[in-house]
Amino acid sequence: MSSIPETTTFLFGRLSLDSLPLHEPVVVATFCGVALGGIVLVAALTYFRLWGYLWNEWFTSIDHKKIGIMYIILAIIMLFRGFADAVMMRIQQVWASTGAEGYLNSHHYDQVYTAHGVIMIFFVAMPLVTGLMNFVVPLQIGARDVAFPFLNNFSFWMTAGGVVLTMISLFVGEFARTGWLAYPPLSGIEYSPGVGVDYYIWGLQVAGVGTLLSGVNLLVTIVKMRAPGMTLMKMPVFTWTALCTNILIVAVFPVLTATLALLALDRYAGTNFFTSDLGGNPMMYVNLIWIWGHPEVYILILPAFGVFSEIVATFSRKRLFGYVTMVWATAVITLLSYLVWLHHFFTMGSGASVNTFFGITTMIISVPTGVKIFNWLFTMYKGRIKFDVPMLWTMGFLITFTIGGMTGVLMSVPPADFVLHNSLFLIAHFHNVIIGGVVFGMLAGIVYWFPKAFGYRLDPFWGKMSFWFWFIGFYFAFMPLYVLGLMGVTRRLSQFEADSTLTVLFGVAAFGVVLIAIGIGCFVLQLIVSYLKRDQLRDETGDPWNGRTLEWSTSSPPPDYNFAFTPVVHDLDAWWDMKTRGYKRPLAGFRPIHMPKNTGAGIILAGLSTACAFGLIWHMWWLAIGGLAATIAAAIVHTFNYNRDYYIPAETVASTEEARTEALAKQA
Amino acid sequence: MLISSRILTRLSILPLLAMLGGCDIVLLNPAGDIALQQRNLIYTAVGLMLLIVVPVLIMTLVIAWKYREGNSKAEYDPDFHHSTKIEIVVWGAPIAIILALGTVTWIATHKLDPKQPLTRIDAATPLPADVKPLEIEVVALDWKWLFLYPQQGFATVNEVAAPVNVPIRFKITGTTAMNSFFVPALAGQIYAMPGMQSELNAIVNREGVFKGMSANVSGAGFSHMNFKFHGLSQQGFEEWVAKAKAGTDTLDRAKFLELAKPTEKEPVRTFASADPALFDAVVNRCVEEDKICMRDIMHIDMLGGGGKAGIDKEQALRMGLCTPSAPYGSAFYSPIREDVTKNEEKQAG
Amino acid sequence: MANHAPSFTTPGGEPVFMMTDKDHHPENGTSLGFWIYLMSDCLIFASLFATYAVLGKSYAAGPAPKDLFDLELVAVNTAMLLFSSITYGFAMLEAYKKNVGRTIIWLGITGLFGASFIGIELYEFHHLIAEGAGPQRSAFLSAFFALVGTHGLHVTVGLIWLVTLMVQVGKNGVGPANMRRLSCLSMFWHFLDVIWIGVFSFVYLMGVIG
Repeated sequence: MSSIPETTTFLFGRLSLDSLPLHEPVVVATFCGVALGGIVLVAALTYFRLWGYLWNEWFTSIDHKKIGIMYIILAIIMLFRGFADAVMMRIQQVWASTGAEGYLNSHHYDQVYTAHGVIMIFFVAMPLVTGLMNFVVPLQIGARDVAFPFLNNFSFWMTAGGVVLTMISLFVGEFARTGWLAYPPLSGIEYSPGVGVDYYIWGLQVAGVGTLLSGVNLLVTIVKMRAPGMTLMKMPVFTWTALCTNILIVAVFPVLTATLALLALDRYAGTNFFTSDLGGNPMMYVNLIWIWGHPEVYILILPAFGVFSEIVATFSRKRLFGYVTMVWATAVITLLSYLVWLHHFFTMGSGASVNTFFGITTMIISVPTGVKIFNWLFTMYKGRIKFDVPMLWTMGFLITFTIGGMTGVLMSVPPADFVLHNSLFLIAHFHNVIIGGVVFGMLAGIVYWFPKAFGYRLDPFWGKMSFWFWFIGFYFAFMPLYVLGLMGVTRRLSQFEADSTLTVLFGVAAFGVVLIAIGIGCFVLQLIVSYLKRDQLRDETGDPWNGRTLEWSTSSPPPDYNFAFTPVVHDLDAWWDMKTRGYKRPLAGFRPIHMPKNTGAGIILAGLSTACAFGLIWHMWWLAIGGLAATIAAAIVHTFNYNRDYYIPAETVASTEEARTEALAKQA
Repeated sequence: MLISSRILTRLSILPLLAMLGGCDIVLLNPAGDIALQQRNLIYTAVGLMLLIVVPVLIMTLVIAWKYREGNSKAEYDPDFHHSTKIEIVVWGAPIAIILALGTVTWIATHKLDPKQPLTRIDAATPLPADVKPLEIEVVALDWKWLFLYPQQGFATVNEVAAPVNVPIRFKITGTTAMNSFFVPALAGQIYAMPGMQSELNAIVNREGVFKGMSANVSGAGFSHMNFKFHGLSQQGFEEWVAKAKAGTDTLDRAKFLELAKPTEKEPVRTFASADPALFDAVVNRCVEEDKICMRDIMHIDMLGGGGKAGIDKEQALRMGLCTPSAPYGSAFYSPIREDVTKNEEKQAG
Repeated sequence: MANHAPSFTTPGGEPVFMMTDKDHHPENGTSLGFWIYLMSDCLIFASLFATYAVLGKSYAAGPAPKDLFDLELVAVNTAMLLFSSITYGFAMLEAYKKNVGRTIIWLGITGLFGASFIGIELYEFHHLIAEGAGPQRSAFLSAFFALVGTHGLHVTVGLIWLVTLMVQVGKNGVGPANMRRLSCLSMFWHFLDVIWIGVFSFVYLMGVIG
């Protein structure tokens, strides 16, 4: 929108009718689609009188299980948006490689790849990871909820606020055109005067608050709320990886917050942190953002490692090989992830010694990672492996991640990186580890824990279809990019000189994207088919996979209070231990259970913060100041509410447990 | 290295490579010695890693097949979860590989440091002592590349040439956003940043026309921010220079500021002569006649800043052009200068 | 783990898998959680300190710390904040004694010291900006205003919280919930003191003397 002269009004700030992309048919069509879908959804919810249900049972819920599920739903919705961006890029690049202009000019294309990166990392991968940790960790450690249930709800809605801002940018104004890390000076006010970078900054700041608080929350949960007997070295591996991930979150998200705040000051207050004049230094931004950015990669991958550890042990019907090694490997990766950030810009001209240092620290990370791979293999060794869908994803991961790891280590050699950096080889590499690691891991986790969350299994046929299309589609989509990278094709290009080889390779990649699209479609079908067949797929035991950890000891879905009695842990794989030593479910003696009450404060606070951010983006100062003041006021009002908990009466607990007893008896 | 490159060809993880054997995979078949050494390093690193990656992939498939649920003949040992021997191997093997790769990295990173002057023409020929490198000054503009030849005194836009087997020393800077100067056939890339000068030493060993580009996104015209690099024979290079210098266009500061305005798809241009101090002024962000150079700002800052008189930005920063006779520009005569002098005296005392 | 040791085996030696005999109350995690939050806040300050370390000498031919800072004023300011920490300590002592009235009085005194700190800081900022040495002038000044301003913003939030707590203590006394809140704010307040010591030595003292 930079071509439009900047006029501001008090009421609407920079926002005017010109800010709406009415002259862009693609966007208008998308908007109509979304609006229509939205109207249908709202109408349906109203018709079926579901608003009250949604508000009372979900939006205001402080139950970690429901919040976890909401995170995952949010992530899946955003996956569609992020994937649509990917499809648009693939079409444009095939088209443009014939020498044609294609259908996206750089103004659009630059927004598309920026949005793709931002959405996939912050609003798909992060909520998937956070959602899974939220759902699983309290169950795995024998707790009734997280340490700060209200904060958990608030964190979710702040993440949702970031999502809302990013989605609004599609239809009102524009998104950043700078790449997902918005390097200055390009992201500075001089070269990006529009609202795009402001959407980026405030979207991430709002979501970042949520991420940080959820990190604190889960950290305290794991440290303070483990069941008696569960010492650190008896913690399930997924909980261990969650612990390390949340340590990383609280240790690096503040750096992101500070960095984006300084960028915002440069843009709003005319300061000179990252400008080229008056002493500013853009390279400092690059350093700071990667001090956050590299550990972020491990924030995403560590929980995936945890998921695979649980799945491999369960489906090989064997205790995890080398548990202690696994734990140490995770801890070493956590520490080392702080010492590698410079490998993202070897080519910025630091000296050979600095580059060598960061190159070698990067390589060292591959040692504990390699050890993990070996440990999973030796867990399978002498096992009885059942290739259910979660295990298929694990196999796909083992193969894909090994290859992605190799190309990663290759790029940690600085002179090799000089030719591979910023090329499509790099793009292929990080999709290789993020899809092969994080996405496969989270999809495996969803299939694995779905029966726990909803009480019925996911249909295996569509699950397998989804896996194979994803798996094969991945190779078709990204192997050509490795080759293109070696051909010297760099990233973020919307235009090419005509080259038939490029067309062929981009064509193969586009075909891969079609396969992945079918894979995503199969996943959705899997959800629908499983819902329709839920009675056939029902699991009354609560333990459909013959699991090993405590979450499988509860009913599916677990009651609000998770555990009627607090479990006592004697061994790693506590539930397995209980099963092998003839544990009998207690049937009487239930007592009232102390639980937190639902509250609407989280969604209200997050809504006000999001409004404030919207005001800042569009320079609607009344909204920004009003939103901030209202947020503070609402927070204060919330603190005056001391009446935040209640007791589930013993009779309710008893009848819930009795129903479970009956269901189990029917099963037997 | 030979063995590892053979392994790579045989066990290629890129099955498409074979399919596309005919196409130009420039990084694997470069034209310059630096890029060739970088390629060899890629082969070595991949070869070393395949030593562990291939066994892992085979193990994955074999173990998965052998211990599948249906195979009741396979041993089942649910309590097999620790073995010191295996632990030693699974830590030892990756550590050994990383030790080897780390050593290779250490040596190669220092040897192939872009700031390092070349010592050889190619693998077989050391550099004669009397050969002076060809200097090329590179400026990334929105969205085109300016190449200045200080030794020959001319400049080109979006086209650059060098004679084969002569070392080239690129000095690189930019004016607005970050770009990355990259000729894949020649050598690895290096960032081009405003107010900073980076350096790249390279050589081209083969005649030909090679693609060059900006590898780091820099805004709207970035996709078209390409140029051609010509590797020419000595004679061909002289002819190319003569042709470039035959024009009438000259590049002075005013022309540069005109050229620096954002444009897309800029055609190839030549300037028969160019202001020899221009590149230095670009690096120091003082091409505008009335702007003080960064070097001088930094000098003033080093001496303790411009004092209270320096609060007025306009006065402090638009003191006029710095020249050898007036290194601080007209700031030399300004109140700032007094503060600076005071500081200098204080330091000397 | 817990203040009451769980029994892992029955008297007969059978393993106990569920605590059916008594309730399990995990320790309250508020202090730990707030402490972790403070550590992450500390990293925001660390980033700003690092930024100041990198940019602190980029005056852009403009004024340097010794041209701008009034050490005496800053010393008074520092004293205000240090006193406020001590008076907060007195408030906590009274709160432990369950003395609501005195707790509120000491909190009030703390708030006055905090408010004077903010007042003096605002005066200093206003003075600098009026002189022309605003955050836009040079990277050094940008980094200075960001670091000191962020600290000031934290103190302001602390003040709002303090007033809120005074009302809440007045209304509900010093029960366990309010005690928890008082000790969280206490950590926050002392934390800001520690950060200020860093700002005072690193920015002001070393800027003027070093």
